[in-house]
Amino acid sequence: MAEAILEVRDLVKHFPVTRGVLFKSTVGQVRAVDGVSFDLLKGETLGVVGESGCGKSTLAQVLMRLEPPTSGAALFEGEDMFKMRGPALRRLRRNIQIVLQDPYTSLNPRMTVGDIIGEPFEIHPEVAPKGSRAQKVRELLDVVGLNPEHINRYPHQFSGGQRQRIGIARALALRPKVIVCDEPVSALDVSIQAQVMNLLGDLQTEFGLSYVFIAHDLSVVRHLSDRVAVMYLGKMVEIGTEEQIYEHPTHPYTQALLSAVPVPDPTMRGRRDVIRLTGDVPSPLNPPSGCRFRTRCWKAQDICATEVPALEVRVADHPSACHFAEERAVV
Amino acid sequence: MALLEVEDLHVEFRTRDGVARVLNGVSYHVDAGETLAVLGESGSGKSVTAQAVMGILDSPPAFVTKGAVRFHDEDLLTMAAEARRETRASGIAMVFQDALSALNPVFTVGFQIEEQLRVRRGMSRADARKRAIELLDLVKIPHAAQRVREYPHQFSGGMRQRAMIAMSLALDPEVLIADEPTTALDVTVQAQIMDLLAEIQRDRKMGMILITHDLGVVAEVADRIAVMYAGRIVEQADAVTLFRSPGHPYTEALMASMPRLDQKGTELNTIKGLPPNLMRIPSGCPFHPRCARVQDVCRVDVPRQHNLGLGHSSACHFAEEVVGG
Ligand SMILES: Nc1ncnc2c1ncn2[C@@H]1O[C@H](COP(=O)(O)OP(=O)(O)OP(=O)(O)O)[C@@H](O)[C@H]1O
Ligand SMILES: Nc1ncnc2c1ncn2[C@@H]1O[C@H](COP(=O)(O)OP(=O)(O)O)[C@@H](O)[C@H]1O
Ligand code: SF4
Ligand code: SF4
Ligand SMILES: [Mg+2]
Ligand SMILES: [Mg+2]
Repeated sequence: MAEAILEVRDLVKHFPVTRGVLFKSTVGQVRAVDGVSFDLLKGETLGVVGESGCGKSTLAQVLMRLEPPTSGAALFEGEDMFKMRGPALRRLRRNIQIVLQDPYTSLNPRMTVGDIIGEPFEIHPEVAPKGSRAQKVRELLDVVGLNPEHINRYPHQFSGGQRQRIGIARALALRPKVIVCDEPVSALDVSIQAQVMNLLGDLQTEFGLSYVFIAHDLSVVRHLSDRVAVMYLGKMVEIGTEEQIYEHPTHPYTQALLSAVPVPDPTMRGRRDVIRLTGDVPSPLNPPSGCRFRTRCWKAQDICATEVPALEVRVADHPSACHFAEERAVV
Repeated sequence: MALLEVEDLHVEFRTRDGVARVLNGVSYHVDAGETLAVLGESGSGKSVTAQAVMGILDSPPAFVTKGAVRFHDEDLLTMAAEARRETRASGIAMVFQDALSALNPVFTVGFQIEEQLRVRRGMSRADARKRAIELLDLVKIPHAAQRVREYPHQFSGGMRQRAMIAMSLALDPEVLIADEPTTALDVTVQAQIMDLLAEIQRDRKMGMILITHDLGVVAEVADRIAVMYAGRIVEQADAVTLFRSPGHPYTEALMASMPRLDQKGTELNTIKGLPPNLMRIPSGCPFHPRCARVQDVCRVDVPRQHNLGLGHSSACHFAEEVVGG
């Protein structure tokens, strides 16, 4: 088995909710990420799925050190990344990069594509001496399938899919080891989405990258991921190989999520296992006691309200955070 | 005679940058009790067609330059203004992608439903309230009698979508146009709303036009499917036929480029290039710069609709070969 490049241990991120303008008082905590642990192995893609607000982007922001964690640790190549300072922190910032969802807002409209992709070199001049930068940027454009001649164009002169390629080129500039992709294809049309997904796959093989691949589209995640983690209200509820999660899900939420995805095959109509949840996801300000999924779970028992189910191996050889975990094939 | 029929609809947007030919001869129809899915990528003209049917296109910049929109065989585009308003208001209703912008934030959800009933149906306040509660109940909003007094922001995303559906049903429309009704929602809530729409459509024997870019949604609910590209319907067929033996290279390529939930894929098929700029639509077949089967004739001649039998048609010079595999 490959070794872990990133080990996340009991990571917590709460956002205080304040009231008042002059005399602020904290009236609660949004428990966006609430005790998450996982490993990212070298060269693998770990998919992270879950519905809006479950904490996927917050997790990404904390791993990028854009937000400080409330508690917990994350080891990058064995070293706690939240304790890094000086040269170690600079190295970390080179080694972990992010690609964001929205190709329309994540690029500065007043900078040329060359400046956008080359900007990381300003901060890390050791990667590319000044004289070689334009050449490096051209190479990067070529790697992501854009025309190197377009180096002086502006973002608005590109389509959504092309802008996403610009974002990927920029993330690649410093030769990182890990790329966190937060919904990188969610804003794209199917035909363009396929182009970008193939590109991400090719780059991984070429550069030996490890991806944390965040998305709400379960089909997209299955396609790209080696392993998959399912999140609900700030917690991981199930984690396993792509096959374990899609073919042998054991957590009721995973099963409901898979069952809700429409399958593009009209002959399957009425032949799939239908699980329909009622209601919406509760607020992370005041999550249910015990198992957070219990307010929507059809299997909930008394113990679910009092005891938090740990994410551990119970059945089917992979961890599941359900007191009553059992396999149910839904796809 | 179809319940609602769009025929050879042409719409252009006249802007400062030039003229965008957004619809270039769209024809489709929907019968009572049937769901037609209009499938296409963003910018293909799905919403503009729906807006033209509803008469809510802003003109300028939009101009209908040709075509007809027939409801019970009467052309809405040539009807007298008052009759047209009345027909649309009570015969055809629309549900939008973004409920928050379709609902008015300063009025309660109940008021917005009741207003239509009082204005169009002449109902009393009390009757309208009673009906509003029934409608919220119908779309499965819990505690409808209380929630009817709440404002849109007090509803969750899924509940707002339900409220908008309730509002669209107030005047018992014969046709419901749902424009990406679940795109903004989470997948578990999306499934609830799609089930609800399908159930209502079935119970009321409405005609439903479901606009979407999601092949999965289409496969689960559509009776017939119309595939749009660059302001044209490039293929139409019943759902099973379209998925089993597509007759247009665009449909074929779309299906091959979609990752699937039920299998771990390898390399995805891609469609090269981008959808056309509607100010400069390619000559001949508008799909030709991206088509894997392109021939010389495609660059010159606009393909006509080829009838492939049993309501299956495709606007490709080689439709018969494409269907053959
Ligand atoms: N800066 C912040 N201050 C307060 N609350 C926040 C902040 N950022 C995120 N949250 C809250 O934390 C929770 C998790 O948010 P997050 O953006 O991580 O969700 P997500 O899983 O990425 O959702 P989506 O699928 O919509 O992108 C949400 O309830 C969100 O409102
Ligand atoms: N108000 C407008 N002014 C100019 N162009 C518009 C306007 N509304 C829509 N369009 C253009 O019409 C085309 C079709 O749009 P639309 O029907 O919204 O596509 P979709 O299939 O995504 O619903 C697009 O190119 C869009 O940019
Ligand atoms: S622990 Fe209880 S409430 Fe939670 S998922 Fe399992 S059965 Fe449902
Ligand atoms: S007409 Fe020609 S270019 Fe157009 S879809 Fe058919 S084969 Fe392709
Ligand atoms: Mg997010
Ligand atoms: Mg639209």
